[in-house]
Amino acid sequence: MTIKSEEVEKIAFLARLRVAEDNRGKLTEDLSQILDFVDQMKAVDTRNVTPLSNPLEMHQILRPDTVTEENQRDRLQAVAPATELGLFLVPKVIE
Amino acid sequence: MAWEVVIGLEVHVQLATRSKIFSGASTAFGASPNTQACAVDLAMPGMLPVFNEEALRMAVKFGLAIGAEISERSVFDRKNYFYPDLPKGYQISQLDHPTVKAGSIDIHLADGTGKTIGVTRAHLEEDAGKSLHEDFHGMTGIDLNRAGTPLLEIVSEPDLRSAKEAVAYLKKLHSIVTYLGISDGDMSQGSMRCDCNVSLRPKGQAEFGTRTEIKNVNSFKFVEKAINTEIERQTDILEDDGKITQETRLYDADKDETRSMRSKEFANDYRYFPDPDLLPVVIDQAYIEAVKSTLPELPEAKLKRFKEQYGLSDYDAEILSSSRQQADYFEAAASAAGDAKLAANWVMGDLAKNLNQQNLEISESPVPAEHLGLLISRIKDKTISGKIAKDVFTAMWNGEGSPDNIIESKGLKQVTDSGAIEAIVDQVLADNPKQVEQYRAADEAKRGKMVGFFVGQTMKASKGKANPQQVNQILKQKLS
Amino acid sequence: MSFKSISELLNGLTQKEFSSVELTRDYLKRIQQYNAELNCFITIAEDQAVEAAETADKRRETGAAGLLEGIPVAHKDLFCTEGTLTSCASNMLSNFIPPYESTVTRRFLEAGAVCLGKTNMDEFAMGSSNENSHFGPVRNPWDSTRVPGGSSGGSAAAVAAGLCAAATGTDTGGSIRQPAAFCGITGLKPTYGRISRLGMIAFASSLDQAGPMARSAEDCALLLQVMAGHDPMDSTSAQQAVDQYSHNLGSELKGLTIGLPKEYYNEGLDPTIGQALQEAIKTYESLGATIKEVSLPHTSLSVPAYYVIAPAEASANLARFDGVRYGKRCDSPADLDDLYMRTRAEGFGAEVQRRILIGTYVLSAGYFDAYYRQAQKIRRLIKNDFVEAFGQVDLLLCPTTPDCAFPLGSKSADPVQMYLEDIFTIPTSLAGLPALALPCGQANGLPIGLQLIGNYFQEARLLNAGHQYQQRTDWHLQHPTLG
Repeated sequence: MTIKSEEVEKIAFLARLRVAEDNRGKLTEDLSQILDFVDQMKAVDTRNVTPLSNPLEMHQILRPDTVTEENQRDRLQAVAPATELGLFLVPKVIE
Repeated sequence: MAWEVVIGLEVHVQLATRSKIFSGASTAFGASPNTQACAVDLAMPGMLPVFNEEALRMAVKFGLAIGAEISERSVFDRKNYFYPDLPKGYQISQLDHPTVKAGSIDIHLADGTGKTIGVTRAHLEEDAGKSLHEDFHGMTGIDLNRAGTPLLEIVSEPDLRSAKEAVAYLKKLHSIVTYLGISDGDMSQGSMRCDCNVSLRPKGQAEFGTRTEIKNVNSFKFVEKAINTEIERQTDILEDDGKITQETRLYDADKDETRSMRSKEFANDYRYFPDPDLLPVVIDQAYIEAVKSTLPELPEAKLKRFKEQYGLSDYDAEILSSSRQQADYFEAAASAAGDAKLAANWVMGDLAKNLNQQNLEISESPVPAEHLGLLISRIKDKTISGKIAKDVFTAMWNGEGSPDNIIESKGLKQVTDSGAIEAIVDQVLADNPKQVEQYRAADEAKRGKMVGFFVGQTMKASKGKANPQQVNQILKQKLS
Repeated sequence: MSFKSISELLNGLTQKEFSSVELTRDYLKRIQQYNAELNCFITIAEDQAVEAAETADKRRETGAAGLLEGIPVAHKDLFCTEGTLTSCASNMLSNFIPPYESTVTRRFLEAGAVCLGKTNMDEFAMGSSNENSHFGPVRNPWDSTRVPGGSSGGSAAAVAAGLCAAATGTDTGGSIRQPAAFCGITGLKPTYGRISRLGMIAFASSLDQAGPMARSAEDCALLLQVMAGHDPMDSTSAQQAVDQYSHNLGSELKGLTIGLPKEYYNEGLDPTIGQALQEAIKTYESLGATIKEVSLPHTSLSVPAYYVIAPAEASANLARFDGVRYGKRCDSPADLDDLYMRTRAEGFGAEVQRRILIGTYVLSAGYFDAYYRQAQKIRRLIKNDFVEAFGQVDLLLCPTTPDCAFPLGSKSADPVQMYLEDIFTIPTSLAGLPALALPCGQANGLPIGLQLIGNYFQEARLLNAGHQYQQRTDWHLQHPTLG
């Protein structure tokens, strides 16, 4: 296995995905298989190659500093699971 | 053992743009929750960021002001973590290619010494929203109005050696960003927030000790207290042969202590990578030159000029140049007064005292700089005495108008007509025959003190308006 | 009427042979008839469609007709449509009604097109078979035991089955071209940045590109005209001027050099497909093109590199689905992490979760350089291969897929096997180049797809080459007999 079950648990927490106990083995296997497959990249010598993030290598456009958005709270919050007094509600956050 | 304190600051400055760094929503402070959070700020599906040109210009201004190299190519990265005030699940920031590279800031300390503090970098990023912990049936409320407000994070080198130096650095930073007009610098509204990295090492040791980071300290006073408290805590541990844990701590101002924030640190791995929704920001020398040409005179240059041009002391020059408003006020007053030193004394004296008492900024002063200058000029040309000037100032403060109007309408003009003064003196001498007799009987040594009585009576009779020098002179003649 | 090209339909509307309302009702009737079997649509917008058709007829009456006035189309269910469910075929967004319109669908509205509904797809565009949908798999109209390809499988099947005149798709690693090939239609993946991504729910931002799916290159040209152009709200959208695609369809191919990338003609290719391609090559030769072999040496590395870059971007793009501001939220979360972890585990399907985990892994501390950065470097090598090739030739000609539509369930147990489906489409996606998939034959009653790859922003040349081929052949005119 390229990736261990504990590592799967760690990245699943980073990605905030609950992995069911009975699925962890199969998932670890699948992920290992995928990583084994992508590992063939590692054989290539890329020491002098510059990474490519965007295929066109264009530059960022700039937006003028003007306020173009009006208050749309009611429209935007119409699809929210839980709101009160204009706030989005989540389980208590402990600092 | 003797310990050396090592401090580095990470200061988040909210940039004073009208709209957000990647959206067209307003950045105004204090709006009702989520009324300034548009679809981009809420990370609605399919929404995309577009970079605000003013945020870039402001970052470049700051870089030029601290003599830093400006990146001709900067890159936005995603910093990934889950938190309810971070709608996308990542913060857009700059990791490897910040807009502003290394620069430096000069600080001046109360003991007259100075120091240059290295700035490692300053990068652009977006602010998060706010969690409101008032109880909503056991839930937390999320307001995303602040999400997407542009921040410039300014990272210092670990060059600071005391809480005092840290505060001096922070104050200088504050004056630079407000001079540049790139931030309102209002710490009470979170426009400037400070993380302090503190560590100790045995004096003479080159290697740094283990540091702790005190998060989100939001006033000059608390920065000083939080750092000193943390220094004490670390000293105690090290003196007991203990070890410092590298961790994030929170300063509790009520208890004046720092405490560990264990929760967030667990398994944090931010997985930075270039944001594919944004492209590299590319600027050229012409752009940088154009921004440079708009820079105002900066605090350090102004301080030097105040010393040279007005002959002010280091201390006075530092205080008067600490904010652009204060410096502008001082210069306007000095020019109207025709005397910079007197103007400096008034600005740092009576004016500062009154402003402090009423908790006003100099820009809110009810006394315009020109009026204060005029008042000073009336002392210089002997229209009024320094003592009367204080009364005129109070009247000006209370909104009674220009100094000349007040002097005129209250009849405060100094009496310099010798005939008029002589008449008052004559009256005073006639009213106090006993004292005149005693004076005349006394020897020269005692007379010097006794004349004060007559001067006082004469001034009182003239309601303070008689020219004191003339009163003295006439009294001496009449009594001899 | 249902299998007419857009230009024929526009002609019919102009000549008043039929109205947009009649045309729309005809498609809606077919959707009613066949969608239960094919499962092409997640949402059928019957009332809005008829209403839009009425408006279109009126506008045509007043002489204010747009480019697509009254033409019934369908949109992939990842384009946000104001007031209409946009689910991305995910349980996560199975209740999401956007309060805004994507740039692509807005441009269709402005051009007068009628939206019949939203098409099924692989969840969050992740898949090559359309089996990864919360709303069930789409079936191939040519053989309903087979997949239509993915991720734009609903759009491809709907066009092929004559349930709409044309449809929109998106292509990240082949999601327009592969289903177009499997369903025997014509699909264009334009140059990265040619069409705005605003309002298009992101899978992998540096790869995602919308495009038209239709019956012919000629129809694609018209659709691209409507879709293409700079959008100041999308930083990655290109500022390049938009060509007149339809006007450029008459150019002769004489003097054109077409390259055959030898790595695409290997033993992995199905022999029947190889045969069909040889026929297509002959047709191009007869049209006056010169054929030349070229090499794209890093081709085999494209799938591994893609399965690092795309999941990495996706892992961050999909972090916003957290049950706080929109979409599904799990029942009675115990605390914040429980809210996140259960909402996301319940909201995302298995393939989406796999890719999020892979993406998280390759970006995590200690693995970033070996995986993510290495993949970006390989992306550069792959782009350089194409730059080199386009120094010698004008277009590349190759297969779209290594095989024809496969049976449902035959590859879903093996993720890597499924990933290799996109071996011929992924390299162009990584390079950001435009590519056109069009039918060039059949094997056992299943369509075979030809792929033409152009240089950056050469959609006009690509569409013309496709159109010239379709003037000579009739593969694009074949359509399945529905049961």
